[in-house]
Amino acid sequence: MTIALPGKEIADKLAGKFPGTIIDSNQNYCLVKSEALLRIGTFLKDNPELDFKYLNYITAVDYYEYFDVIYQLTSLQYNHSIILKTRCPRDSAVLPSVVGLWRTADFQEREIYDLMGIRFEGHPNMKRIVLWEGFAGHPLRKDFNGT
Amino acid sequence: MALKTEPFALNIGPAHPSTHGVFRMRATLDGEVIVDLEPVFGYLHRGVEKLAEQRTYTGFIPLTDRLDYLASMSNNMAYCLAVEKLAGIKVPERAQYLRAILAELQRIASHLIAIGAFLNDCGAFMTPILYMLREREKILDLFEMASGQRLTYNFMRIGGVSQDVPEEFLPALHRFMVQMPRFIDEYEQLLKENEILIARSKGVGILPKDLAINSGASGPVLRGSGVKWDIRKADPYAIYDRFGFDIPTGIMGDSYDRYRVRVEEMRQSLRIIKQAMEQIPAGPVRAEVPHLVHPPIGEVYARIEAPKGELGFYIVSDNSIAPYRLHIRAPSLINLTALREMIIGWKIADAIIIFGSIDICMAEVDR
Repeated sequence: MTIALPGKEIADKLAGKFPGTIIDSNQNYCLVKSEALLRIGTFLKDNPELDFKYLNYITAVDYYEYFDVIYQLTSLQYNHSIILKTRCPRDSAVLPSVVGLWRTADFQEREIYDLMGIRFEGHPNMKRIVLWEGFAGHPLRKDFNGT
Repeated sequence: MALKTEPFALNIGPAHPSTHGVFRMRATLDGEVIVDLEPVFGYLHRGVEKLAEQRTYTGFIPLTDRLDYLASMSNNMAYCLAVEKLAGIKVPERAQYLRAILAELQRIASHLIAIGAFLNDCGAFMTPILYMLREREKILDLFEMASGQRLTYNFMRIGGVSQDVPEEFLPALHRFMVQMPRFIDEYEQLLKENEILIARSKGVGILPKDLAINSGASGPVLRGSGVKWDIRKADPYAIYDRFGFDIPTGIMGDSYDRYRVRVEEMRQSLRIIKQAMEQIPAGPVRAEVPHLVHPPIGEVYARIEAPKGELGFYIVSDNSIAPYRLHIRAPSLINLTALREMIIGWKIADAIIIFGSIDICMAEVDR
């Protein structure tokens, strides 16, 4: 059984290492500041006790005032996983790209950019993936009018 | 005198028989060798994730059929598991066993297509795939008996399955179980040491273990690279902890290893079905679930080992009758992440084989 590490436990570990970067944590997830995302990601991936070398998926949710971006990480060696979240405001929807850490992010960040309109800085090929260039708007946003 | 060549771009697809759907590879060629490659998606994008926000939880099940249409049962199952986890619904025992039987039959059917199409790409034109289609037909007959459909089953429901299987289903399944191992032996006899297959696929399109993990590969692609990771064992869902089976893995991570893993997985699926047939109890096949499901506020991720890899549904609920947000973790899309690295340096004819050995379904890639 994959052990879902409590977000709180990871948050305590991270708080000692990167003070002031944790916004919130509970049993299910750990919400971190976007500017610390890459540092935290590198730590989670390279720490031998955590070993989060496998990124299952990335997705984004529109909460009107802000977007939440969700990363689920797994260690195939220890069979444990966590959910890492980060947040960005609606008016400046920019986040650092994690492609340098996990290649899995490549197409998925492009998909989020395409459908949700969050730009990932540092992505080598940040352009639309399923819709065509010139498409107006980002369909998965809650205020998108599809009719 | 050495001839100077100039790189030029070639579009393989979107309408090309060997791209298995509407997929386009923009290849940059130096002579016949591919020096760069960019996959282009979107020809089959229907906005399934957005459509989910406008449908009830039950109303979305038919759309899951249309993701990976070669494995509709698996899609149904992954989605229903996610909603059940979110709403805390318990599935009756008989339904659990029926789901496991159908999902494993679906894995065999999907792998038959994968192997047949892969051999087609290798140059063993039409003969193997017709053998495979012959056996897949028998599985489709079983599915038709259970659900009335042959491609988009819409059979599973939140809290169970739509109806119990007819009484002739289990005897028919038993007959299939007797025949199928013989057919797999027949394929092995024809193909395992087939010189064309070995010459075309051994050592071709190697996906190293580290890159496989880093690029999020799953299913036979990950296992072909030698990683022993199967969600049915690593994170058993439904009743998979009750079955004994092995996880076949490859050694080199080449196209041939991925093919081998699929053949072995069919045998393991038969083992699981056999155990499920022995254990299946009588009883109800559907829990008492209200017409309109209102899961409590929260979010959930549930995943299964689908034929093509880790298929997961991430659902955010706001306690209404429709998902607030639904995301599909599509194995077909993510398995293509490392395609560029796998293909660069090979010739066009090899690129077709490497792409075929990943086994994708475009309806799932574009969603």
